[in-house]
Amino acid sequence: MKPSTRTLLVPLVSVLAALLLNACIIALTGRDPVMIFAKMLQTTLLSPYGQGQVLFRTTTLICTALAVALPFRLRLFNIGAQGQLLMGAFAAAITGALLPEGLSAPVSLTACILAAMTAGALWAAVAALLKTRFGVSEVISTIMLNFIAEGIAGYLLTRHFALPSTVHTAPIADSALIPNFSVLSGWFPNAPANPSLFIALAAAGIFYLLIFKTRFGFEMRAAGLRPEAALHAGIQPARHVMAAMALGGAAAGLAAANLVLGYKHFYEAGMTGGAGFTGIAAALLAGAHPLWLVVSASFLALLEYGGLAVNAYVPKDIFMVMEAVTIIFVVAFTALGKR
Amino acid sequence: MAAAVGLQGVTMRFGGVTAVENVSLEIEEGSIHAVVGENGAGKSTLMKIIAGLISPVSGTIFIKGRRAVFPSPRQAIKAGIGMLHQHFMLVEELTVAENIMLGHEQSRLLHPVPKQKIRSMVARCAEAYGLEVDPDARCGDLSVGEEQRVELLKLLLRDASIMILDEPTAVLTPQETGRLFDTLRALSAKGRTIILITHKLDEVLSIADTLSVMQKGRIVGTMLAGSVSRQELAEMMVGRSVSLQVENPAHEPRERVLEVRDLRLFTPKGGEKLRGLSFTIRAGEIYGIAGVEGNGQAELLQVLGGHVPPGGSTKGEVLLNGVPLPGLRPDEISDLGVSVVPENRLRDAVVGEFPVSLNLIFGRHREKAFHRGPGFSRAAIEAYTAQLVTAYDIRCPDPELQPLLSLSGGNQQKVVVARELTRPGISLLILAQPTRGVDIGATGSIHQKILEARRAGVAILLISTELEELTALSTRIGCLYRGTIRHEFGIEETARKRTGAILFHREIGLHIT
Repeated sequence: MKPSTRTLLVPLVSVLAALLLNACIIALTGRDPVMIFAKMLQTTLLSPYGQGQVLFRTTTLICTALAVALPFRLRLFNIGAQGQLLMGAFAAAITGALLPEGLSAPVSLTACILAAMTAGALWAAVAALLKTRFGVSEVISTIMLNFIAEGIAGYLLTRHFALPSTVHTAPIADSALIPNFSVLSGWFPNAPANPSLFIALAAAGIFYLLIFKTRFGFEMRAAGLRPEAALHAGIQPARHVMAAMALGGAAAGLAAANLVLGYKHFYEAGMTGGAGFTGIAAALLAGAHPLWLVVSASFLALLEYGGLAVNAYVPKDIFMVMEAVTIIFVVAFTALGKR
Repeated sequence: MAAAVGLQGVTMRFGGVTAVENVSLEIEEGSIHAVVGENGAGKSTLMKIIAGLISPVSGTIFIKGRRAVFPSPRQAIKAGIGMLHQHFMLVEELTVAENIMLGHEQSRLLHPVPKQKIRSMVARCAEAYGLEVDPDARCGDLSVGEEQRVELLKLLLRDASIMILDEPTAVLTPQETGRLFDTLRALSAKGRTIILITHKLDEVLSIADTLSVMQKGRIVGTMLAGSVSRQELAEMMVGRSVSLQVENPAHEPRERVLEVRDLRLFTPKGGEKLRGLSFTIRAGEIYGIAGVEGNGQAELLQVLGGHVPPGGSTKGEVLLNGVPLPGLRPDEISDLGVSVVPENRLRDAVVGEFPVSLNLIFGRHREKAFHRGPGFSRAAIEAYTAQLVTAYDIRCPDPELQPLLSLSGGNQQKVVVARELTRPGISLLILAQPTRGVDIGATGSIHQKILEARRAGVAILLISTELEELTALSTRIGCLYRGTIRHEFGIEETARKRTGAILFHREIGLHIT
C-alpha cells in the first residue's frame, strides 16, 4: 500500500470501526442504533440550527487542534491547548470589557483578538521555555499549566472581575462583538455560529502555508523528522520549539474570538468545555495536517453536538466514548501500518 | 581435554550479506584468546553467535566438548557463557550491589537485595582479581573503568566460565587497561576462558595466549601469540592486494586553511577523547586521517562541526583561515565555507522523507539564491537540482518528487557530496567515510569529484577506515591513535609509497593499532 493511501485509510477505517463499536454500545443500552444515528443526523446536519451548532463547535476545535498540530510537527505533544484557550478567552473578555466607548469595530476586534492570541502564546511559551532551558517534558508542563491557568482564571474571576452575584465578567464593549450568522444574514437561525469560523479557517490556511511553503516550515519539518540531521544542517531546534509552541498557543487563544466575542460576550467559568482536549483528538485524527484537521474538527463537532441532541434517548457520554475509541484506533492502526 | 569453545563451519548471513563465513575455531579452556580484525570483519557477529545472541544459519558450536544449541541467550548463560558488551547495560539509578543482583536467579520478588552477601562477594573478587568497586555507589556516578568492573562482577556472580569481551579497552585509559589485563590474567589463571575482541595489536600481543585474525567474515589465521610479530599481524589484518585506481597527480599545497593545535576534548564523564591533537591542512591538499574507529574521529568531527555535546569542553586551538571555530554554531561554521559529508548519512546529512531536490538544498537552504519571499524559489531549486543531477550523475528520474530514501546508497551519497562540494565559498571540505556503503561505480565518481575539488584549491580533510581510499587520495596522511596523531606521512613519502600500496598499508596499520 502506498503511504499516501494509508494516511487516508487509517482515519476512515478507525472512524468506521468506532461507529460499529458505538452501535453495539447503543444496542446494549436497549436502543436501536439505527434510530439513534438517524435522529442524530436529523438534529445536526439536516436542521439549520443543528448545522449552526456544529459549525460553532468546529470553529473552536479548529483553533485548539492547530495548537496541537504545529508543535506535533516537532514531535512535541502540546496537551496544554486547554490552558492556552482559557488564558486567551479570559484576556479577550477583560480587554473587551475595558475598551473605552466609541472605538470602531475593527480596532476593538483587533485589540481583543490580539490580546487573546498573545495570552495563549505566552502561556504556551512558558512550556517551551521550560523545555529548551531545563529539559522539562512539554507533556508534563502543559498538563500542569492547564491546572495553573484554571486556578489563575478562577481567582481573577471570583475576586476581581466577576459581576456581583454572577460567575461571569462584565460584558465586552459592543464594538468588540462578532454578531452571529443568524443576525447577520439569517443563516442557521438562533445558532451560535459566527464569522469567527472564517478566522479559524484562515488560521488553518496560514498554518498550512507556514509548514509546507516557507523556509521556517522546511526547517521545522526537518527538525521533527531528523533531529540529528537538522542540527548538522545548522538548524537551531530551540528556536523552533519556542516558535511552534507560541504559535500553537496563539491559535488556541484565537478560539476566544468564537467563544467570547462571537457567542457569550463575557468570560464565564467552564465556558471552554473540554475544547482544548478535543482539539488533541482532532489533530491526531488528521495526522497533524492543518487542512485535514478542519475535516476532523467538523467530525468531532458533529459527534459532540449530536451526542447532546440525542441525550434524551441515550447518554451523550456514549459519544465521548466513541470519540476516544476513534483516537485509540487511529493510533493503533497507524502503528500497525508501520510494521 | 576438550576445548572450551569449538566452532565448526559456522556461517551467518544478514539479508544477502555474509557476515561470518564457514568459521572453524577451537579455544582452550583457561586460555586468553584474542580475535582481531578490521571493522566489519565479522568479529562481533561471531562472538554473538558464541554467546547465543544470534543463531547461525549453519555450522555447529561445541561448549566444553558438548554440542550446544542456544535458542535464547538464557541457555548460553546456563552453559557458563557471559558476554561483556561494548556498551554497558547498567541501570544508572541503582547501586552497584543492586545492579549486580539484577536478573540473577537468586533475586526473588519482594525480597530485599542481600546486600551483605553481595558485599562479601565483591570483597572476595576485589582481592582475587583486583575488581575493586564500592557496592553502595550509584552506578551513574561510576567512571567507565568502574562500570566495566561491575559488568565483570555480574559475569562472575553468574559463574561464567567462558567470558567474551567486546572491545573492552576501547573506553579505557591506559592505566585502566593495564588494570583490566591484570584482572583477566588472574581470571584465566583460575581456569576461566577469556575471549577478547580488539583492534589494538600491542594489546593482543601482551595479553593473549592464542589469537585468530578475521577478514571479511573468514578466519584467515589462528596462531600462538608468541609465534607472530606485530608486522605480520598487521599485514594479515589489513593485507589486501586490490588497490584503487585513481589518477592522483603530484601537486603543491598552498596557504594554511585549517590549523589544529594541541586540541583536547573532555567528555562530561571526565574522559579525554582528544589528547593534544595537532595537524594543519593547506589549500589544495587532502589530509587523510587513518585510524581505527573510536580513536577520536567522531570527537574531532564534533569540534569541527560545532556540535560538541553539552557538558563537553575543549582546550587548544582550532583556526579556520585564522578564525577560531570552537564556540561557533554549526550554521556559523558552514557560513565560513566549511562543508561536511558526515559518516552516518541517513542520520546526520539528509532527511530521507524529503524529495531529492530539497535534500540538495538541506543545510544550504539559508542561501539567498534559493529564496523567494518567505519560501523557496521553485524555479531556482529546479535549475540547481537539474544541474547537480547531471554533473554528479545522480540516478533519479524525478528529483522534485522522489523521496531521497528511494535512491540507492551510492546515489544518496552523491546527493550529499554534490550539495557539499558546490557550497559557495567553500574553503574546507570534511569527508568522513565518504564511500561507506557505496558501490564501486559511485565510489569512483565520488573520488573523481574529491580530486577535482582539491585541484580547485579546497582544503580537504578525509577521515576513512579504508586504507586504499586514504592512500589513493591523500596528499599527506596522519595516523590517529587514542586521540592524537601518532605518526604523519609527509607529501613526498605519501606520493612515493602510494605505488607500493600493500607495504604502505602495513606500515600505516602499525601506527594505528
